[in-house]
Amino acid sequence: MSGKPKLHYFNGRGRMESIRWLLAAAGVEFDECFLETRDDLLKLQKSGTLLFQQVPMVEIDGMKMVQTRAIGNYIAAKYNLYGKDLKERALIDMYVEAIIDLDELLMMYALQPADKKEQYLANIVDKATNRYFPVYEKVLKDHGQDFLVGNQLSRADVQLLEALLMAEEYKSDILAKFPLLQSFKARISNVPTIKKFLQPGSQRKPPLQEKDLPKVMKIFNLGH
Amino acid sequence: MGVCAYNPKKSFLLELGKTLQICISFLSQHRLCGVTGSSHVISCYPAEMRQKNQELRSMSEKPRLIYFNGRGRMESVRWLLAAARVEFEEIFLDTREQYVKLIKDGSLMFQQVPLVEIDGMKMVQTRAILSYIAGKYNLYGKDLKERAFIDMYVEGITDLMHMILMFPFSPPEAKEKNLALITERATHRYFPVFEKALKQHGQDFLVGNQVSWADIQLMEVILAVEEKTPAVLSAFPQLQAFKTRMSNMPAIKKFLQPGSPRKPPPDDHYVSTVLKVLAEE
Repeated sequence: MSGKPKLHYFNGRGRMESIRWLLAAAGVEFDECFLETRDDLLKLQKSGTLLFQQVPMVEIDGMKMVQTRAIGNYIAAKYNLYGKDLKERALIDMYVEAIIDLDELLMMYALQPADKKEQYLANIVDKATNRYFPVYEKVLKDHGQDFLVGNQLSRADVQLLEALLMAEEYKSDILAKFPLLQSFKARISNVPTIKKFLQPGSQRKPPLQEKDLPKVMKIFNLGH
Repeated sequence: MGVCAYNPKKSFLLELGKTLQICISFLSQHRLCGVTGSSHVISCYPAEMRQKNQELRSMSEKPRLIYFNGRGRMESVRWLLAAARVEFEEIFLDTREQYVKLIKDGSLMFQQVPLVEIDGMKMVQTRAILSYIAGKYNLYGKDLKERAFIDMYVEGITDLMHMILMFPFSPPEAKEKNLALITERATHRYFPVFEKALKQHGQDFLVGNQVSWADIQLMEVILAVEEKTPAVLSAFPQLQAFKTRMSNMPAIKKFLQPGSPRKPPPDDHYVSTVLKVLAEE
């Protein structure tokens, strides 16, 4: 038994990617077990290891943890990425929850029917540039520090970087009006553990390819 | 007199009470005055100090909830505060103008409610708010591992709660299917987990042998599902006993009585208010 956390998910980003980011940022090595077919998921469900029959599932510290937020909370707290007190945690939670909302928007793009994709993309860009990014730009401007909360790296910084890079995949100049987010992006990308994660060969997953969508839909029994 | 070191910034009633207790005992010991009655009015205090105490009591740093006059995403916050015996105030959004004003004032970090003003913060994002309250009022377990279990349970419950929350907004033709799904998920995915947890450790509460956020949310969702499917707990004896136990906890008992801040199930008026205020397409 390696003692390393073990991630159970399909071989793609989805809801597990933010967990990969957090572990990587914390410098924690982890193993992955990929679901390739619907049978793999059914087998996992039958084995009783999925508390609510769902993945992500992460085996960590003797627990079989499910629910992305619960897993993220545990990792963040364990590896000191959750602020130093209740109030810092409150800020981190607020920032992270909104980022998760934006991530969901981005994630659902792939599932939109072809004729709805353009409008959906416009909505993503609108929300990103009018609702979410201005908040973080202002936070950084107001305190002038390198990190979002408490002058040290936290889960909020890691998750924001992940979201910024994903948003740029949809529209490469999406950060044009946000100079502080641009420098934030550069700065956090240079944190050694994160720099390593951003290099080829790491466990970071690529965006979902169109050709892989049917497989994912099948595993999770999505769509009709 | 100035005999008591009193920091006017400490406006919590608890701190006020403690300070007064120290002053009372000092003053009583030195036979300088006596305490009148059961309130904290002490007749020998200088007038300015009495005035200040009075102001502080009425200023009350109660949390303030801003949301529609209905359950929605705020109901879990009401449950948690009530269970923690924290009194709170509410401001109800009835018009789009109120909502637009909140956005223009910069009160809504991501232009969304719920908003809870608490401890000098304007908190948004339901989970962030609930985590803060749970952490502050000792409803979040005693260590990281207990918190992990509380989080897992709460997240599962939240998924079920979300289905119930969205139900009134689903189109009429989808309602029957959605109702069946809520019942199916409750009886096959979620309730069995909590039934098993309670059976296995035989304790009164889900985690760590003390009441936590998870118990309160489970209680809330049980009652919400029962409103739709009254016999839903028929196959879950542990949950039935849990429900009875929780109902009898004084703070929750009080919350379940008429006149409490608990909101009724959503009706058409609630749905139309939400849609109007948010101007959702």
